[in-house]
Amino acid sequence: MSFVPGQPVTAIVQRIEIQKLRQGENLILGFSIGGGIDQDPGQNPFSEDKSDKGIYVTRITPGGPAEVAGLKMGDKIMQVNGWDMTMVTHDQARKKLTKRKEDVVRLLITRKSLEETVKQSMGCHPKQ
Amino acid sequence: MDNESQYSGYSYKSSHSRSSRKHRDRRDRHRSKSRDSSSRGDKSVTIQTPGEPLLDAESTRGDDRDDNWGETTTVVTGTSEHSISNEDLTRLTKDLEESTPLECKRFIGPALGGCLSFFALVTPLAFLILPQVLWRDALEPCGTPCEGLYVSLAFKLLVLLISSWALFLRPPRATLPRFFVFRCLLMVLVFLFVASYWLFYGVRVLEPRERDYRGIVEYAASLVDALLFIQYLALVLLEVRHLQPAFCLKVVRSTDGASKFYNVGHLSIQRAAAWVLDRYYSDFSVYNPAVVNLPKSILSKKMTGFKVYSLDENPTNNSTGQSRAMIAAAARRRDNSHNEYYYEEAEMERRIRKRKARLVVAVEEAFTHIKRLHEDEVASSPKHPREVMDPREAAQAIFAPMARAMQKYLRTTRQQAFHSMESILTHLQFCITHNMTPKAFLERYLTPGPTMQYQQQNGRGRQWTLVSEEPVTSGLRQGLVFSLRRSDFSLVVTVTPLPFLRLGEEFIDPKSHKFVMRLQSETSV
Repeated sequence: MSFVPGQPVTAIVQRIEIQKLRQGENLILGFSIGGGIDQDPGQNPFSEDKSDKGIYVTRITPGGPAEVAGLKMGDKIMQVNGWDMTMVTHDQARKKLTKRKEDVVRLLITRKSLEETVKQSMGCHPKQ
Repeated sequence: MDNESQYSGYSYKSSHSRSSRKHRDRRDRHRSKSRDSSSRGDKSVTIQTPGEPLLDAESTRGDDRDDNWGETTTVVTGTSEHSISNEDLTRLTKDLEESTPLECKRFIGPALGGCLSFFALVTPLAFLILPQVLWRDALEPCGTPCEGLYVSLAFKLLVLLISSWALFLRPPRATLPRFFVFRCLLMVLVFLFVASYWLFYGVRVLEPRERDYRGIVEYAASLVDALLFIQYLALVLLEVRHLQPAFCLKVVRSTDGASKFYNVGHLSIQRAAAWVLDRYYSDFSVYNPAVVNLPKSILSKKMTGFKVYSLDENPTNNSTGQSRAMIAAAARRRDNSHNEYYYEEAEMERRIRKRKARLVVAVEEAFTHIKRLHEDEVASSPKHPREVMDPREAAQAIFAPMARAMQKYLRTTRQQAFHSMESILTHLQFCITHNMTPKAFLERYLTPGPTMQYQQQNGRGRQWTLVSEEPVTSGLRQGLVFSLRRSDFSLVVTVTPLPFLRLGEEFIDPKSHKFVMRLQSETSV
């Protein structure tokens, strides 16, 4: 989503709760992220606006906790456990996702198809 | 050389006027030359000799005046020893006519300035000499200080003389329509100054016959000091003030849109006009009246449309509606003229390129016929005697094979008015003398050069009219527009001030140039 600096960002988001899986010593979530304010936004294949420096989901391990929770490839992560992900560096995002003390991460993600779904549903039931 | 033949011809052909005789002589000579050159060349060439290029209205006017003058004078016969030829006479009369009306007007300003400065320079010497001459015995002798003053006076006068010669004693290059304000101001200043000094001198020194000679010498020295300062003022006002650029002038020629930008300092409008004209003669390509915007064949098509005549006595609404529709259709059909213009341009360009190629090849071949003879190559075999020619003959020898191609090219580019055969031959001779290649010979004809290249050295000068809404002695300002008009075109000059520049500073540490690779990392969580 493109944004205007200084103006609040509005987006239609979906809440996804992922339970971390214990693999030996590590707690893994089962997906990979790309992006960040210190990265090159032009290389992002998932973003519509090529100047968007947000955190995007680039890969999902099949059968992992993320896939089970409903995360899809190409989703943009807006919040992780209440922490904002739209203006963070890549490393900060990784840290927020891999806190050892947390078992659960609650993400707010957004994707293009969400907008269409909401519009469709509103169109079908206009009174609601 | 040809004096006798000319006179014998004139005595029984006296009914013709002198100038036509002159033209006929020149034409005969040219025709004989062309016949010689064509016999040497392979092709038969018919060459038109217009005589003099008709660049200026002024030159044709001169010829008319020449005719009238020739009718009313007596015949000069060749019997006396001190005889001048026909052509000398006409040349003299032309010079006379050219110089006398201009002499007074052009030189009156500098002459006045010269008198004034001479007067000012002589004054200190007069101050010193007059007491010595008039009442020498009564003067008190003054020793070393006076001699010091004499030496300094002499050197200051020498410096004044030399700098006046270097700076101000130059022939003026333009006559301006109104007074040149600064120069007038300075002349008035000098005059008042010297006059007041003379006044005081007369009252205080000459009348009471002052005996203190040292005082007189100091008085003269102070005059010379003040003259030096006035000269400094003149230098600053006339020469230095307008050097720092302050305005940008855009000069556009009205006929073909050729434009240039110039940076100029603080000048009055008339001085700026003279400055612009100086640059015009060497920067702008020559004005060619034969090159018009659009050929008539294309423009006239736009004019023809449908002409609607109503033949009925009572025209109904229907017929007017129909005629309007027809006119609209005709208007839509007119839009093809740009198409024709495009194709016409392309065709013209192709034609020019073809002729140019032929010309270049012809000139290159012609130049291979000639070789420079070196000093040590004089000895040649008696069986093949080489004809040694001077540059003029060499030029005539190789001109014939290229003449036709040259003429066709000039006619296609519509430059034939600027180059007569005589001028081409002269240029060829010049190029041969200076070892130029064919390309160097051709550069004069392939691109239209600046107007300076086509000027004849006339003593009369060029007449320009300065058209301006403001008085021409006012200074340049933003948004001022004036134009310089000639008989068939004009230069429109627009004045804009140069922008004020705010220069800031930024220091870059040479060690601060560091780079990183662009990241696109992917982390799995």
